[in-house]
Amino acid sequence: MEFFKYTRTFNFMGKSKIAMIFSIILVLASYALLATKGLNYGVDFAGGTIVQVKYDTTAPIDTMREKLKSNELFKGASITEFGSPDEVVIRMKSTTGSVTVDIGDVTREALKGSGKFEIRRVDIVGPTVGAELKEKGIMSLLLAMLGILIYVAFRFEWRFAVASIFALIHDISIALGAITLVGLDVNLDVLAALLTILGYSLNDTIIVFDRIREGVTESRNSELAETINESVTRTLARTTLTSLTTFFVVFTLFMFGGEIIHAFAFTLLVGVVVGTYSSIFVASPILLWFGFDVKGYHEKLAAKAKREAEKQRMRDQYESGVM
Amino acid sequence: MRMKLNYRIVIFALAIIFGIVFSAPSLLQTQDGKKITLGLDLQGGLHMLLGVKTEEAVKSRIKSIAASVKHFAEREDVLIDNLTFDESSVSFEVLDSDELPKVKEFLAEVEGSDVTGTGELLTLSLTPEEVIKTQKEAISQAIETIRNRLDQFGLTEPVVARQGDEKILVQLAGIKTQEEEQRARELISRAAKLELMAVDEDRAARVYNMSNADAAEYGDVILEDAKNPAIKYLVREIPILDGGMLTDASMGFDQNNRPLINFKLNAEGAEIFGDFTGKSVGKRLAVVLDGKVYSAPNINERIGGGSGQISGNYSVMEAKDLAIALRSGSLLAPIYLMEKRSVGPSLGADSIKASLVALIGGFVLVIIFMIVYYRMAGIIANIALIANLFILLAVMSLFGATLTLPGMAGIVLTVGMAVDANVIISERIRELIYEGKSMHKAIDDGYSNAMRAILDANITTLIASVVLYAYGTGAIKGFAITMSIGILASMLTAILGTHGIYQMLESKISKSKNNRFWFGIKG
Repeated sequence: MEFFKYTRTFNFMGKSKIAMIFSIILVLASYALLATKGLNYGVDFAGGTIVQVKYDTTAPIDTMREKLKSNELFKGASITEFGSPDEVVIRMKSTTGSVTVDIGDVTREALKGSGKFEIRRVDIVGPTVGAELKEKGIMSLLLAMLGILIYVAFRFEWRFAVASIFALIHDISIALGAITLVGLDVNLDVLAALLTILGYSLNDTIIVFDRIREGVTESRNSELAETINESVTRTLARTTLTSLTTFFVVFTLFMFGGEIIHAFAFTLLVGVVVGTYSSIFVASPILLWFGFDVKGYHEKLAAKAKREAEKQRMRDQYESGVM
Repeated sequence: MRMKLNYRIVIFALAIIFGIVFSAPSLLQTQDGKKITLGLDLQGGLHMLLGVKTEEAVKSRIKSIAASVKHFAEREDVLIDNLTFDESSVSFEVLDSDELPKVKEFLAEVEGSDVTGTGELLTLSLTPEEVIKTQKEAISQAIETIRNRLDQFGLTEPVVARQGDEKILVQLAGIKTQEEEQRARELISRAAKLELMAVDEDRAARVYNMSNADAAEYGDVILEDAKNPAIKYLVREIPILDGGMLTDASMGFDQNNRPLINFKLNAEGAEIFGDFTGKSVGKRLAVVLDGKVYSAPNINERIGGGSGQISGNYSVMEAKDLAIALRSGSLLAPIYLMEKRSVGPSLGADSIKASLVALIGGFVLVIIFMIVYYRMAGIIANIALIANLFILLAVMSLFGATLTLPGMAGIVLTVGMAVDANVIISERIRELIYEGKSMHKAIDDGYSNAMRAILDANITTLIASVVLYAYGTGAIKGFAITMSIGILASMLTAILGTHGIYQMLESKISKSKNNRFWFGIKG
């Protein structure tokens, strides 16, 4: 079976302006969402308490609300269904510092008489820990990008590195926009998903870039746009296939992985789609617009080859005892 | 037809054997062998990050210095007055100035302190370095104490570790019930501070009419009875001795078969205890645990030998835990909760089920897709994928790595991404076949052409995973681990392994012209 045949080269770069406008709109819309609605930080980063309760029957949310009113600690607590009508999650901003009797225990006491229930999960994150996790999270995103930037600049050329970073920022921005749009809680798992998107999207971009590098080196054609078109076309089948298999698994994770993994899988799902798109329509055009100098690159390669040849000649001479 | 052996297939075969052998203990859950441990989120358990109120440790250090000053004065018959202390210093007045040199000599032996004083009024304060040292010691001591207590609690492999400079990480796997969790938390946080204090008999009768401030004026404190908070005792603030001089504590029973705790003091403690009881016949001695009076018996005679009892309204379980706490030593400073994650076993089981369904579902989809799309090349890629999973599990088992829920997601993701290398290679081969190369040449060139791209792509993903590992906490680290091992294993299986299989089948491939059978394209 084949999805694409290499019979003709698609003119991707010809469509790059439209794609770019589309991308810019998406990114701007994401930033607008982030600015107005804002990211919904979960307890991991904001600090607070989560109590997951499972009832024998449908959870009596109204009764629970009534019961929680009894204590100042539960002020502003929200109760939402979690995966099934039997199960709910109580989120609150407050935390407690006592080891023996914590806010989870207080919740258990308060809910007594609301039916037969089991407390399945209690997450308490104090404010100092939350702030620390947030700081670490942002650091990890920045560090990963920096590491990637250095690696790509080293293996390819700085313009490739900058183009791939632009693509990454594009992907992360849109993923964050999507998270904001559906109002997911941003916790550590979402951060892990974002970092995975970094790796995944870059993976795609690098495969395309590798082809462009190969095309630039081999072809005598100094028209960069054409080389890019050809490289993107030739990697299109691979890009689509890998995205498909990854999409399959992430989708099963999203559908069957359970409520706890939902935010993680959703973020990845968005990331796979955006990452695939960006490697074709964002990273490559930026490379083109940066005016990657094919002639200059050829000259550099030629000079390098010449140096190598010169070295080899010297070595040969040395070995045959001429010098 | 003969199949050719080659170094690639040999390495691949060895890797598969390694994978099967070392993943077996985890997969079959055998008794012996190194196994993957399930994370707290999958098997249920308690994760806590605790802080230490180190300023309390400094305060109690000061208090014990005050107690030793008092004991010194009594032993040496030095008359002192106005013995008071605050957060970081002790001060008192020496009534006979002739005794000053002797007192100063004694104070000079108190480590990390400065003594200042005008005339007979002396002030001993801890140096700033000593304060920091005391705080640090309080943290180390808390870790040590909590570890000792949990080791005796009866859970398998409790984790107690320092995190950062001043946080304590406690992880308890396999906690089954709410009651068990409660017990563990009480055991951990219990100060278990035993103090033997003198009841202030001169003013004891007035205790119900006194405020805390009134009591403080006389150097006394008001403490409640452990059983009945309405009963109050007026005791001297500076204890006769504390739990630091305890050598052993165990559960026993009284004549009515009620549980109680027997304790033993060390030689120094026994001497102080003997001296005090000898001098205080007819007065009461309060046995105070964590600020509550458990009993206040009358002293009938001098008590030598240095052993005593704490009786209270305990259940056997409570008495046992209390004995553990006393034996493991008291916490120098109280601890408080900074982070807690507790997962019930039923939720863990649900998570395992859900992630297994996702793993198997995703796996089957990918396997079918690869066969439909690439035919034989797809089957070869699938062999590599299965080998990859075995190796991943084997490496995790060998390291005794922890599998968390995000870690499961990492494995699922590995399945999707591990076939990537084979997709890249197969696409390259197809391309070369279209260019008119023979299948044999196409395979060799396909691998070498694809190599660079696969390496670069995998290394960048690895960079992201490593950062995730370094900065991630808890469950997220598990995700980074499975991703990283999966990527590394996929380089072995998807590049080397599949290449070896092709080489082994070389004679078959060169004879065949069936591109459709081998690579799913028209020939």
